[in-house]
Amino acid sequence: MNRYSRRILTNRIGIGLSMAAMTFGLLALLWILWTLFYNGFAALSWDLFTQDTPAPGSEGGGLRNAIVGSLLIVGVTTLVSTPIGILAGIYLAEFGSRSRFAATTRFVTDIMLSAPSIVVGLFVYALAVATLGGFSGWAGSLALSLIAIPVVVRTTENMLLLVPGSLREAAFAVGAPHWQVSLKVTLPAVKAGVLTGILLAIARVTGETAPLLFTALNNQFYSTDMSQPMGNLPVVIFQFAMSPYDNWVNLAWGGALLIALMVLAINIVARVLFRKKSSD
Amino acid sequence: MSAVMMTSQPVSLDLQARQVRKFKLQDTIFHQVTLLFAMIVLAALAGILIALALEALPAFREFGAAFLWTNVWNVPEEQFGALSAIYGTVVSSVIALFIAVPVSFGIALFLTETCPVWLRRPLGTAIELLAGVPSIIYGIWGLFVFAPLFARHVQPYLQTLFGDLPVIGGWFAGPPIGVGILTAGIVLSLMVIPFVASVMRDVFETVPAQLKESAYGIGCTTWEVVTGVVLPYTRVGVIGGIMLGLGRALGETMAVTFVIGNANRIVGSLFAPGTSIASTLANEFGEANPGLHISALFALGLVLFVITFVVLAISRWLVRRGIARQGI
Repeated sequence: MNRYSRRILTNRIGIGLSMAAMTFGLLALLWILWTLFYNGFAALSWDLFTQDTPAPGSEGGGLRNAIVGSLLIVGVTTLVSTPIGILAGIYLAEFGSRSRFAATTRFVTDIMLSAPSIVVGLFVYALAVATLGGFSGWAGSLALSLIAIPVVVRTTENMLLLVPGSLREAAFAVGAPHWQVSLKVTLPAVKAGVLTGILLAIARVTGETAPLLFTALNNQFYSTDMSQPMGNLPVVIFQFAMSPYDNWVNLAWGGALLIALMVLAINIVARVLFRKKSSD
Repeated sequence: MSAVMMTSQPVSLDLQARQVRKFKLQDTIFHQVTLLFAMIVLAALAGILIALALEALPAFREFGAAFLWTNVWNVPEEQFGALSAIYGTVVSSVIALFIAVPVSFGIALFLTETCPVWLRRPLGTAIELLAGVPSIIYGIWGLFVFAPLFARHVQPYLQTLFGDLPVIGGWFAGPPIGVGILTAGIVLSLMVIPFVASVMRDVFETVPAQLKESAYGIGCTTWEVVTGVVLPYTRVGVIGGIMLGLGRALGETMAVTFVIGNANRIVGSLFAPGTSIASTLANEFGEANPGLHISALFALGLVLFVITFVVLAISRWLVRRGIARQGI
C-alpha cells in the first residue's frame, strides 16, 4: 500500500469513528428519551394531578402536592434570583471592566455555574435549616437561588456587553445619567437575551434534586406553607424510584416525564426567543 | 427679548447644576446598589467555604488529616474516613472521562468539519438540549433500564473477555449485578458528553478558516487537518473542556446515587458496588446522627467542594486562554 492510499485510509477511519461517535451520542439521547416517554406516558393520568402522594403500601395516588410544591419553590427562586442576578450582571458589565473585584466576581460566578449542587444544599442546611428551626420550602428556594443566580448574572453581563458602544454613547451625549443609560437604554435593548438567561436558570433549577434533599425535604401531604417541609417533584422521584412499591415507581416515571417535558419546553422557548430577537 | 434671556440664565444654570448634582447622587447610589448585589455572589462562595469548614471542624479535630486517607465508615462506632468515598468519586469520574473524551472529540469533529451545513444547527441543538436534561433522569434510566441490561448482556461478556488476564481481570471480577462503580462511570459519561462536546465544538470553531484552508490547499485530508492544525491550535481550550467535564462528573449526585450501589468500601473490582462523596451525602445526610456523623458528612462535602473548585478553576483558566487566542 502506498503512502497516498494509507493517508486516505487513515482519514476514512478517523471520519468514520467521528460519525460513529455522533451516532452513539444521538442514539443514547433517543434511548433515554424513549424510555422516559414510554414509562412516563404509561403513568400519566388525571390522578397524577388531582391526588396526593400515596402512603406506603396504599394503591393509586398522584403527585399533586409535589407538583404544587415544585411550582412554589421554583417560583420563589425565580422572584429572588432574577433581580439579584440582573443587578449583579449590570454591575459587571457597566462598572466592572477593569476592577479586580469584578474579575474575582466573574471568576466565582463561573465556578458556581458548575459547582456541585449537593454542596449548596449542605451550605443552606448549615445556614438556615439547622439555625432557623427545620426544613422548609423557603430553605429549598434559597438553595435553588444560589444555583440560579450565577446563570442570570453571566447571561445578563454577556448580553449587555453585546450592546453597540454607539448606542451607549448616544445616550450619554444627550446628558443621561449612567443609571438611566443602563436601565432605560442598554437593558431594554437586550431584553430578550436577559429573559433567555432567566428561562435557562429556571430550566436548570427545575430538575435539581440534590440541593432540595436537606432543605425543602419532602412532605407527603398537600401544603402551600413555605415555612414547612414541602413536597417537590425531584425528591419524590428520588424516593419513589428507590422504593419497592410498583405504584411508587410508576409515579416516579410520571414525575420524571413532567420534569423533563417542562425543562425541554423552557429550553426550546428560550432558544426560539433568543434566535428571533437576534435575527431581527 | 435679550433682556429676558440675560435674567433667566443664572436661574437655569443653577437649575442645571442642581440637576447634575442629583444625577451624580443617583449614579452613585446605582453604582453602590449593583455593587452590593455583585457582592452577594462572592459572599455566597465565601459563606459555603466557611460554613462547611466550621461544621466539619469536629470531625477533623477527632480524626485529623488522616480522615482523608482512612478507609473506614462505621456509623455505630463513630469511626469515619473519607477514602472509600474519594476512591469511588475519582474512579467513577475517570471511567466517565475515559469514555466521554473520545466520543465528545468525535462529535465536535463531526459538527465542525464533516457535517453538512444544514444539519449542523439541528444536531448542535440536540446535543445542547441533551446537556439540559436533569441528571435525575439519567439516574432513573440507569437504574431501571441500563443496569439490568448491563448485568445480563455486557458484564458476563466482559468477564469471559478479560477475566483471565493478570491485572485487568481483577477489575471485572465478582458477580454481575448491574449496579456498581463501572455502571456509575458509564451513566456519568453519557451525562458529561454533551458538556465536553459543546465546549470542544466552540473552541474548534475559533480556528481561523485561513489556517485550515491552507492545510486543505496543500492537499491534507480532513483527519490531517484536525490532528495537525485544529488540535494543536486549540489544545489549551480542549483540555479546559475536559476539565469542565471532570468537574461536573466529580460533583454529580443523582446520576451516580441511583447506580453506584452505595457500599462504603473499596473493592478492586469495578463491578462491585461502591460509593461517591455526593452519593454518601445524598443517602446519609437526611438521617445522620447529630455530632460526629453529621460533622464527618460536612467534612466530605468540604473535600468535594475543594476538589471541584480546583478542577473548575483550572478548566476556566484554560478555556479562557483557549478562546482568547481567537484574536491572533
